[in-house]
Amino acid sequence: MQSDTSTTAPQGDGVTASRGRTLPDGEALLSVRNLKKVYRTDGGDIEAVRNLTFDLGRGELVCLVGPSGSGKTTLLKCIAGLMGTTDGEVRLDGQKVTGPPKKMAVVFQEYGRSLFPWLRVADNVELPLKNASIPKAERKRLVAEALEAVGLAHVPRSYPWQLSGGMQQRVAIARAVAYQPEVLLMDEPFAAVDAQTRADLEDLIRSVWKKLGVTVLFVTHDIDESIYLGERVIILSSSPTVVQEDIVIDLPAERDQLETRSLPRFTELRHHVYAEIQRAKQGHRPAEAAGVVTE
Amino acid sequence: MKTLKFIGYLLTLPVILLLWWWVATSGEPNFFVPTPAKLAETFVNTWISERLFTDVLPSVTRLALGVLAAIVLGIALGLAVGLNRTLRALTEPVFEFFRALPPPVLVPVLMLLVGINDGMKIAVIISGCIWPVLLNTIEGVRSIDPVQNETSRSYGISGFNQIRYQILPAATPTIMAGVRQCLSIGLILMVISEMFASSSGLGFSIVQFQRSFAVPEMWSGIVVLGLIGVALSFIFQWCERRVLRWYHGLKEVEHAV
Repeated sequence: MQSDTSTTAPQGDGVTASRGRTLPDGEALLSVRNLKKVYRTDGGDIEAVRNLTFDLGRGELVCLVGPSGSGKTTLLKCIAGLMGTTDGEVRLDGQKVTGPPKKMAVVFQEYGRSLFPWLRVADNVELPLKNASIPKAERKRLVAEALEAVGLAHVPRSYPWQLSGGMQQRVAIARAVAYQPEVLLMDEPFAAVDAQTRADLEDLIRSVWKKLGVTVLFVTHDIDESIYLGERVIILSSSPTVVQEDIVIDLPAERDQLETRSLPRFTELRHHVYAEIQRAKQGHRPAEAAGVVTE
Repeated sequence: MKTLKFIGYLLTLPVILLLWWWVATSGEPNFFVPTPAKLAETFVNTWISERLFTDVLPSVTRLALGVLAAIVLGIALGLAVGLNRTLRALTEPVFEFFRALPPPVLVPVLMLLVGINDGMKIAVIISGCIWPVLLNTIEGVRSIDPVQNETSRSYGISGFNQIRYQILPAATPTIMAGVRQCLSIGLILMVISEMFASSSGLGFSIVQFQRSFAVPEMWSGIVVLGLIGVALSFIFQWCERRVLRWYHGLKEVEHAV
């Protein structure tokens, strides 16, 4: 099915991109192959993403981390089917993504603008289900469960703008969870909330992920967050983006804000990712340093 | 207490104006300005009579039909144009042209095209009232937050459902501002449409009173117009408060921060 992509040819400008971990055919739930995105503007072309290849297995929780301006949001929008790719492809469960797929939900950074202010909390969560013509009783159950899961069972009749920022992002997460996606994409969802709320929300994501067995791709610029949350971290280079490194986070499955973050291994990983990001910022590109990455 | 205060605010200025008018007209009788008592008497005699059914109700019905049709057409057209870039580029200059035309000059044209009947009068009202609703709907749709659109798309909300669940509610604050303008234009055009080639209606009656020097009657007709305006404004506010409760709440929160 994807055998044609297994031999990654050198790119046009002679740089062979590094690539993330790939899985054998049919095993990956989400696969990104040689994804390239060039914005055509009046002032010339801007190459946001050069060449990205990686796979997500079913049930994984992967964080994408990279320096600011490394095309993280662009990449996520391409994966979500909200934006077309210039080259390469994204496949969900073997199906090529050409528009927003049914089994995918996105949580945006701008929760205040992504929730509909004219709908109450429960109605916001319910809307995608209503649109999908799910029977009413089923809808009510899913909404109640999702609100329960994010700890908002007590405010279904409030409007989103009556809630704090952290609670609003919980509503957005509940909306995504109720939609029962196979893949949950999150675009720097906690960038706009304060540090304490952020810690709570991180733990919420871990618990939702464990409870529901959903596959999560979490984009962040925060190194600590990526290590604390992820089972795997994909480090992106600076723009034009390639995969700088794809590392497994071998921390215990039970994460705790205090204990996990004070583990020596956490510090090691943090050092490692930090150093990689610094190198990325300085313009280091994996293929140029390590020669050619071959299959 | 709260209602008492509300009524106080509502009535204070009208009472002062009435007193002033009463004092000013209590001396020498003036042919052109009746006293409040005279006007009240004329008002009851003139309007709480058969005229209510032969003149006022038909006028108000035409006004209501014209305004409602303008709102429905304006929103439907505005959605179509606002959602389609090509259509927008194509229609914008034309809309500017038609909007600039004062609707009264269309009365003779519509008389020829539609004929001298209720349809003509309603058409005059629509021709003037549709613009604020149409242009505001286009603007409201065009300025929708792109994150909202992406949210809809990512959850597969598209087509009619997207219009119903996202685009229309998001554009409602802007549309309502257009509807408010449309109401006052409608009242003016209701009167104007009855000034030409008409044999009944509020506008016709007032002009008729003017020409026959029935001064108190003419004044009482103006009072009827004013009362209709007040009633429209209250109906609008009541609707707006229901439809846009979320919007006013949101603004309050935003301003408090």
